[in-house]
Amino acid sequence: MTQSVVVQVGQCGNQIGCCFWDLALREHAAVNQKGIYDEAISSFFRNVDTRVVGDGGSISKGKICSLKARAVLIDMEEGVVNEILQGPLRDVFDTKQLITDISGSGNNWAVGHRVFGSLYQDQILEKLRKSAEHCDCLQCFFIIHSMGGGTGSGLGTFLLKMLEDEFPEVYRFVTSIYPSGEDDVITSPYNSILAMKELNEHADCVLPIDNQSLFDIISKIDLMVNSGKLGTTVKPKSLVTSSSGALKTRHKKPFDAMNNIVANLLLNLTSSARFEGSLNMDLNEISMNLVPFPQLHYLVSSLTPLYTLTDVNIPPRRLDQMFSDAFSKDHQLLRADPKHSLYLACALMVRGNVQVSDVRRNIERLKPSLQFVSWNQEGWKTSLCSIPPVGHSHSLLALANNTCVKPTFMELKERFMRLYKKKAHLHHYLQVEGMEESCFTEAVSSLSALIQEYNQLDATKNMPVQDLPRLSIAM
Amino acid sequence: MSIVTVQLGQCGNQIGFEVFDALLSDSHSSQGLCCKRENEAYQASCKERFFSEEENGVPIARAVLVDMEPKVINQTLSKAAQSGRWKYGQHACFCQKQGSGNNWAYGYSVHGPRHEESIMNLIRKEVEKCDSFSGFFIIMSMAGGTGSGIGAFVTQNLQDQYSNSLKMNQIIWPYGTGEVIVQNYNSILTLSHLYRSSDALLVHENDAVHKICAKLMNIKQISFSDINQVLAHQLGSVFQPTYSAESSFHYRRNPLEGFKDPALYTSWLPVHAFNVWKTQRAFSKYEKSAVLVSNSQFLVKPLDMIVGKAWNMFASKAYIHQYTKFGIEEEDFLDSFTSLEQVVASYCNL
Repeated sequence: MTQSVVVQVGQCGNQIGCCFWDLALREHAAVNQKGIYDEAISSFFRNVDTRVVGDGGSISKGKICSLKARAVLIDMEEGVVNEILQGPLRDVFDTKQLITDISGSGNNWAVGHRVFGSLYQDQILEKLRKSAEHCDCLQCFFIIHSMGGGTGSGLGTFLLKMLEDEFPEVYRFVTSIYPSGEDDVITSPYNSILAMKELNEHADCVLPIDNQSLFDIISKIDLMVNSGKLGTTVKPKSLVTSSSGALKTRHKKPFDAMNNIVANLLLNLTSSARFEGSLNMDLNEISMNLVPFPQLHYLVSSLTPLYTLTDVNIPPRRLDQMFSDAFSKDHQLLRADPKHSLYLACALMVRGNVQVSDVRRNIERLKPSLQFVSWNQEGWKTSLCSIPPVGHSHSLLALANNTCVKPTFMELKERFMRLYKKKAHLHHYLQVEGMEESCFTEAVSSLSALIQEYNQLDATKNMPVQDLPRLSIAM
Repeated sequence: MSIVTVQLGQCGNQIGFEVFDALLSDSHSSQGLCCKRENEAYQASCKERFFSEEENGVPIARAVLVDMEPKVINQTLSKAAQSGRWKYGQHACFCQKQGSGNNWAYGYSVHGPRHEESIMNLIRKEVEKCDSFSGFFIIMSMAGGTGSGIGAFVTQNLQDQYSNSLKMNQIIWPYGTGEVIVQNYNSILTLSHLYRSSDALLVHENDAVHKICAKLMNIKQISFSDINQVLAHQLGSVFQPTYSAESSFHYRRNPLEGFKDPALYTSWLPVHAFNVWKTQRAFSKYEKSAVLVSNSQFLVKPLDMIVGKAWNMFASKAYIHQYTKFGIEEEDFLDSFTSLEQVVASYCNL
């Protein structure tokens, strides 16, 4: 089995990362009752004998001593990381795996990417190499960051190129929080577009997420929980937004509920690689099946169920409902309309007591309402993992490579152009050494080219599927 | 005479377990209408083919387990050991950490050569344990990366190193509607390579077995475990001892002998095309059972469909970069397409 390293960058990245580690511990504690350090846990955690000073403390088998997250925490301000180190998760992080500064990036991609990039390049490389050395077989880096700010966006994408050069065989999966239209950071369009160019060129797979969708999910859950209807008490651990049963029970911070959703996304994404099942799906299979062309690697995710009811007298929502929900906009982590756009590929990652016939029945049922590209009419990838998430009997994560991401990118481009035409705030960027206007124009070109690829695919929608003439053989 | 089984990938290993389990259950189950002496001859023959004997009486499967990641093999080994009635050899597995990522090119061009020596050594050891060795039974799927890619690679090696022994490949044809998006590419690459190195391809379609579970067995929520058990039952009845030409009580020594019959493979059907292999002994829980293995045109339609879908995808160049990354070029795809179009045409011309 392989290991993955999480690189959390910036305020957003670290806050989400923190929630992720919290829920990961909770999940493994629920599954691993005997406290033995097994391969599943080792995918994200090291087992360390804390009595040993220095580096020799790793224990590869036997009882769990002290778990350390395979993580590198990077932030150019100290606030968030300090809070993590003083909170209930402090023992999970290795203090040698942090990189912080005090001044912050000022919501400026150029500062994050160029100034801090060159300043901390060696240190970052050293920490990454260290974390790789601790792994028996490193398969994947998970980068978590936001696109709209300075550190996550700038420094976060700086290290993508570094990872590609240093560890070319290790996958780079990026979880990116995209800014919404009402974002309070004025320069977020600049930061996002500059970051997009890096994602286009150096990421293997990107999971774009927007805050508005997360917020909508929370509102929907609140409505459900507070509606006072009989029997609507929800099992606390089952809320996709909750950290009940985890270490950070005193959360109540505004973004925690939203961050937990993203944390659950990452857990479900890796569940079939960590736990057994009748049809396993490793991380390298995600890229293989869902990325038909190297640039088209943006995947829209939907998570279901969002909660489970406690009242056992109310029959659990039928299994089929779970599949329908995964294709409803309420469960998407990005605002988009896949049903009216074109699917290039779709993966269904199922957990719990669900069998192959259930999956097949639902694919047959849902297929007619979805449009797949002509050369991939049966473009479904499925996985069945036996272990459900905490608090549920089964769950489904759907990952779609769909042209519906195009509007998100087009909107971003429009917001960018509105600012750029007036050269608003541009001087903050240009005064950073190495930054020129060409950086901006190149970034926009890169995005335009991507949008154009999606346009070309969309143009094939609704065209009749023709079988191409085959090779003819002389007998 | 003994058969050495090579189980590859998740599918191959999951099915392999069910097959050995079915074979052993059958040999221990009620003898039906035959007499005691007959039953004992049957049991002895069955055991010898597929199992070798251990000191404390627990039979060890004559099998080599190969997978590029550990979860499935670990599960398979422990399920066998838990049954208490049989187990796999302690050193019969070859396992890696990363998996083949559903990529035939990765299985065939990277994992295959890298681990060739280790895998072939394991196989050799198993063959050496046999008093008299008759051939190989290779279980693999076509849709993934390990079973398909490494399966093709290993079969080729077996052709080179054991050219006199029979190699029979059990291949699992994936569901028409995706288990794996690149399954059509993986399938055509596998089939075109196996055609050159395997002696016989025994095909089971997931769709067909699924229908059996649904319609004939009325299983409501069909799992892969159900599907594999039906498959194992079918395979078990093909491989269990049957009478040889001599007489009753003499079980056919070479279980794969029947498959060598050239009459099975010719393009014209002679009058006596059906070979009937009989035994009085009951199989598994059934007093009487029959199994039919045929070489017919049934496979043309599914083969044609897979080739068609793969061709459409290939024309758009989708996913090709994932294969060229590991040394399988567009030419290799074209070669595979050509071979398979020839096969389809040959069957159609019958």
